[in-house]
Amino acid sequence: MIRTLSFLGAALLAGPALAAGPDMGAVQQQATNWPAIGMFLFFVLFTLGITYKAAKGTKSAADFYAAGGGISAGTNSLAIAGDYMSAASFLGISGLVYTSGFDGLIYSTGFLVGWPIVLFLIAERLRNLGKFTFADVASFRLDQTSIRIISATGTLVVVAFYLIAQMVGAGKLIQLLFGLPYLYAVVIVGVLMIVYVAFGGMKATTWVQVIKACLLLGGATFMAGAVLLKYGFNPEALFASAVATHPKGDAIMAPGGLVSNPVEAISLGVGLMFGTAGLPHILMRFFTVSDAQAARKSVFYATGLIGYFYILTFIIGFGGIALLMSDPSYFKLGPAGAFDKLKDMLGGTNMVAVNLANAVGGPYFLGFISAVAFATILAVVAGLTLAGASAVSHDLYAQVIARGRTTEKHEVNLSKIAAVVIGIVAIYLGYVFENQNVAFMVGLAFSVAASCNFPVLAMSILWRGTTTWGALLGGLVGLISAVTMVVLSKAVWVATLGHAAAIFPYDNPALFSMPLAFATIWIVSTLDKSRRAERERAAFEAQFVRSETGIGAEGAHAH
Amino acid sequence: MSITTSGLDGRPAPAVPRPGSTASGPAYDEVAKSPIFRQLVQERTSFGWILTGLMLLVYFGFIGLIAFDKSLLAVKLGSGTASVGLLMGVVVILFAFLLTGLYVMRANTRYDALAAELKRSLGR
Repeated sequence: MIRTLSFLGAALLAGPALAAGPDMGAVQQQATNWPAIGMFLFFVLFTLGITYKAAKGTKSAADFYAAGGGISAGTNSLAIAGDYMSAASFLGISGLVYTSGFDGLIYSTGFLVGWPIVLFLIAERLRNLGKFTFADVASFRLDQTSIRIISATGTLVVVAFYLIAQMVGAGKLIQLLFGLPYLYAVVIVGVLMIVYVAFGGMKATTWVQVIKACLLLGGATFMAGAVLLKYGFNPEALFASAVATHPKGDAIMAPGGLVSNPVEAISLGVGLMFGTAGLPHILMRFFTVSDAQAARKSVFYATGLIGYFYILTFIIGFGGIALLMSDPSYFKLGPAGAFDKLKDMLGGTNMVAVNLANAVGGPYFLGFISAVAFATILAVVAGLTLAGASAVSHDLYAQVIARGRTTEKHEVNLSKIAAVVIGIVAIYLGYVFENQNVAFMVGLAFSVAASCNFPVLAMSILWRGTTTWGALLGGLVGLISAVTMVVLSKAVWVATLGHAAAIFPYDNPALFSMPLAFATIWIVSTLDKSRRAERERAAFEAQFVRSETGIGAEGAHAH
Repeated sequence: MSITTSGLDGRPAPAVPRPGSTASGPAYDEVAKSPIFRQLVQERTSFGWILTGLMLLVYFGFIGLIAFDKSLLAVKLGSGTASVGLLMGVVVILFAFLLTGLYVMRANTRYDALAAELKRSLGR
């Protein structure tokens, strides 16, 4: 049985008990960790200072949504990498490597290979056509109302599932790392993300993300370096030691039970690969740079940073096996000091990276890594909130409700209100879902991104024949089929709703829902003989010239 | 790039309405007919799709081996502990990075030069 994306999501989010299924409520609160709290407070104060500065410089809509278009390629690549390196990747993948070895690499590669696709097909054209949200691009020559509604719906669904998963994960994680009660953690995360987004807009959100990316990359580099140092920088020695220690022995060097069903494996791959190209908070980042050249370079650097990061998590996971597994002080001991190397790790297997921090760097480095994990969640939820708020104000309000008859100031104010509302809703949902199994939600977010946002965006940019009806119905079909298949799959139908058997046999719907969306767009567009469809096909030429050359594109917004 | 919103962008409802802006002004026809534009688009599009195809091939090849031939991935590299699968996973990551690098290199030199030539030829 393949565990799928959901596993990873869970992994991260759910903290330790995750592998045990829905029973995540059993996380034990740890003793209050003062060094970690101190370092986290320092991060918060510093980022609030940045937010204050950003707020003073945020005047126009372009400032608020796109940081004035003045972010450099290097900075943007760090922000993109930061958005992508969630706590799930860091703790979840290193935990997965710890329990299953090679299988962790399946997720690492899947998460990375979406980036070249983003670069070759999407990034530059997106920058040339768009302004603040990907709906700007998808609706470029199509009907504003319909396309903005479907794009904003896709955005909000992705943001909602991602946010719930992150909020619950944050609560659990902070309970473990800092020894703070669940609700405190959820409220702290919610309030801080509101402050970053509502006051500092994209500028603050970007810089929080950049700082966190540097801290996370720095911390992970130090950890992987410390592990390798113990083995004379010879990976072969590390692997040999890990194989000698791990209860599964040599099996950790080969594919294990994670992927046994080919259809499931490929569906997981499709979801990971194309979901990346449909994540609204990532797509927004391409509007913060000055032109297509900068957009292109930022994907290249970001791919390097993210690939480097995944290789580090792999080394950290193996370091956990080699250095922690035979040390009883990192395990809950049973009678006579016996412990299960895979199940009894203090805090659960998602705490491998955190416990390893203690092993290689002592309690202060442990505090540092804990603070970085918290900062990671905070930065990711801020990015999600901004994407959601932009969809509400820029797409739904300005274009659909007010039909373009609004002022920039009014729109930005509405966006800030939307950020506050999204934050409050997120706190509430985090509270409600505390004891629910949210493991499937990150997987669902990726599936919806791959099945609704990505087909609508790709077809409207790349295919002349796309019409409003095609894009609207195709997006809807992708969205509804992805959500329905996940609801009918084992993760929800059996684990959450308590039915005996799953109706949809796979955990990942993308292999089915994404082609369904593309096919619907193609068929409906081809059949669409309306006069509007004629106009839309004729308007492709102008869009094409601009998407390929940037002639007529929104230039840098920086003043 | 010094070009700001040109009003030819076909987007309804800009903050300040620009009179006379249409979805496809003559400028677009002129660009679309330009041989330099056609060459740029043709080269970049085919290169982009070739690289996309390569990435899909390599990644789904890797996933396919995991699904269908686990024993091949378990084969050891030489007499060591590391396996073929491990090496392949790392190679997939490096390959993705190299492909993006290859594209950016070609875009920075060839495509940007063509785009600049196009803009010169249009007198912009």
